[in-house]
Amino acid sequence: MNGGQVLFGIFALLTCGGAVAVALTQNVVRMAFWLIVSLGSASGLFFLLHADFVGATQLLIYVGGTVVLLIFGVMLTTSGPFLRISSSPGELMQSAVVGVLFIAMFFFTVWSVDWQAVADTTRAHDAAAATVALQNDTTGRSIGMAFLGPRPDRDLGADASRGLSTGYFLPFEIISIHLLVVLIGAAYLARAKRQQTAVEIGGDAE
Amino acid sequence: MMTTLAASTLAEFFNRYVSPEIALSLAAVFHAVILLLVFAHAAFVFIWLERKVSGRIQDRLGPTRTGGRFGWLQSLADGIKLIQKEDLIPRDADAFLFRLAPYLACIASFGGFIVLPFAADWVAVSLDTGLFLLFAILSLEVLGIVLAGYSSGSKWSLFGGMREAAQMVSYEIPLAICGLIPIVAAGTLNLTEVGRMQVGWFVNWFMFHDPFTFFAFFVYFTVATAGCKRAPFDLAEAESELVGGFHTEYSGMRWSYFFMAEYASMLLVSGVASLLFLGGWSTGLGPIDHAVFVDLKSWNPGIGPEGFVLGSYISNVIGTAVFLSKASVLVFVQIWVRWTFPRLRIDQVMTTCLKYLVPMACFLFLGATMWPLLVAMGQGQKTTLWWQPLGDRTVQVQEVSPHPLNEPEIEIADRGERALGKPGTQAVANKELLTEAAHSPSEQGRQP
Repeated sequence: MNGGQVLFGIFALLTCGGAVAVALTQNVVRMAFWLIVSLGSASGLFFLLHADFVGATQLLIYVGGTVVLLIFGVMLTTSGPFLRISSSPGELMQSAVVGVLFIAMFFFTVWSVDWQAVADTTRAHDAAAATVALQNDTTGRSIGMAFLGPRPDRDLGADASRGLSTGYFLPFEIISIHLLVVLIGAAYLARAKRQQTAVEIGGDAE
Repeated sequence: MMTTLAASTLAEFFNRYVSPEIALSLAAVFHAVILLLVFAHAAFVFIWLERKVSGRIQDRLGPTRTGGRFGWLQSLADGIKLIQKEDLIPRDADAFLFRLAPYLACIASFGGFIVLPFAADWVAVSLDTGLFLLFAILSLEVLGIVLAGYSSGSKWSLFGGMREAAQMVSYEIPLAICGLIPIVAAGTLNLTEVGRMQVGWFVNWFMFHDPFTFFAFFVYFTVATAGCKRAPFDLAEAESELVGGFHTEYSGMRWSYFFMAEYASMLLVSGVASLLFLGGWSTGLGPIDHAVFVDLKSWNPGIGPEGFVLGSYISNVIGTAVFLSKASVLVFVQIWVRWTFPRLRIDQVMTTCLKYLVPMACFLFLGATMWPLLVAMGQGQKTTLWWQPLGDRTVQVQEVSPHPLNEPEIEIADRGERALGKPGTQAVANKELLTEAAHSPSEQGRQP
């Protein structure tokens, strides 16, 4: 057992422990705290795998964005000092059944894979490139290239008749347009509501 | 110009003496301890500076006695006083979150230093996604503040926390956009490479790269000041309205953790500003930079253990001193601003951000993106954007790629060999390749 495995164990334990604590806690803001622990440790797992970009994205979007908005929303909307969520026994049963089934599915999936074979194949496939990338801390470079369009990791040295591989440029643009539409829609909805009430108030005055 | 670094990382250096596992742990501990010292000393020095500057601005003397002259030990005296104080937790507070919140703020503020380079070779973790990770970590600091405000069980704290959340969620947008503007000029998110590109005369600094980056510096600095919840944007603690804002209920050491986090993140954002816009560790004078960062670096009198290059060490010490001086000047400006300007109202803070800073940042970003195209068109050149086929660009991609995956069939084999030559110097060679490629777009263009 080497240092990497020890760190993996710690982060995995924190991820799972945080997730379990989210489910067991009743206070919403404490749930948010446990979410921070769980999601932050998950990003730690990504860093451990040298997936820097994914780890940083996880921190930025989930911990820095979603959890802040969650706490902000709770602070704005609650009437009492500490909002608690308690579920009825029926709800508890339902969610327990769904949760256990989901975990069971995961276990069966994970156990049905021959991980040694997978590791061997991966190692044989791109061991050299991966080692160089690890040494230079450039593991994020291929995904950066792919976002721009070209895929040197696939195309260089490949059979020319096969044609060029596609990157993630188009999906990336489509997603950003989609997000822009969502933003404009949200702004429009928030705005329309206020105008409507103004009209209603005006109508009442008449 | 190859640097004669025997070991490119601390772990490799330790690896000469102990097993890889222990070397890696030793290096990690070493980095963590040094960064912790930077973190603690930032608070120590800047709290003293804050007292001194505010005193002078208000026509007082500030601390004068503690530690002899200038009251330079005032922060230590403050620290001793704060440790002795009782650690109070209000009856209505959520004790668990109340205790944890200061640590969250501290950890987030400390975490940013992990990817911040202090000199050309002195960085704890040099990542290709450095700036991205730094902004991700900066966005976490607000969590500690908001949780502190919420868990205190006090109205003042709750208002402080809500204001902080609203403010930070808005100000993160122009902060990230302004950070990207020099990145457009640099072409890399790796902060070490960004710093290396700016060594030389001060016109190399990204602030003077084009008009957009010049104005972006001022927008960034304003937004970063707000991001550290410094006056005139310190609505989260607004003493005149909210007693102490989010830290109203805190006492003793827990209270001081918030201030350590605040002063450290002031240094952090100022460091990022000096790195992105003001040349990082570059002195701004070409000959001096060349002497320190090129000539001195390769000077090796053979003193010390194997793998230790004295010239490189001294060069890095000077680089760190220059970098920290620049960052400290910016922190001084933040303190100066705090004691000069009146505090804005919360609606004014939001208006400043959403109606002025965000559009300005967007405009500057757009301008910085179009700038190379404008320059190329102004010179009557063909722009690579439209007339160059994709195949040519793929060739360039391979040129800057750190690992030529297969035998390159193009005539860049000599470069590839240089990169693959010695394992120890590989990182350096690749970074040089990258820097060259980034600096000479015309050279890229002439590849077949």
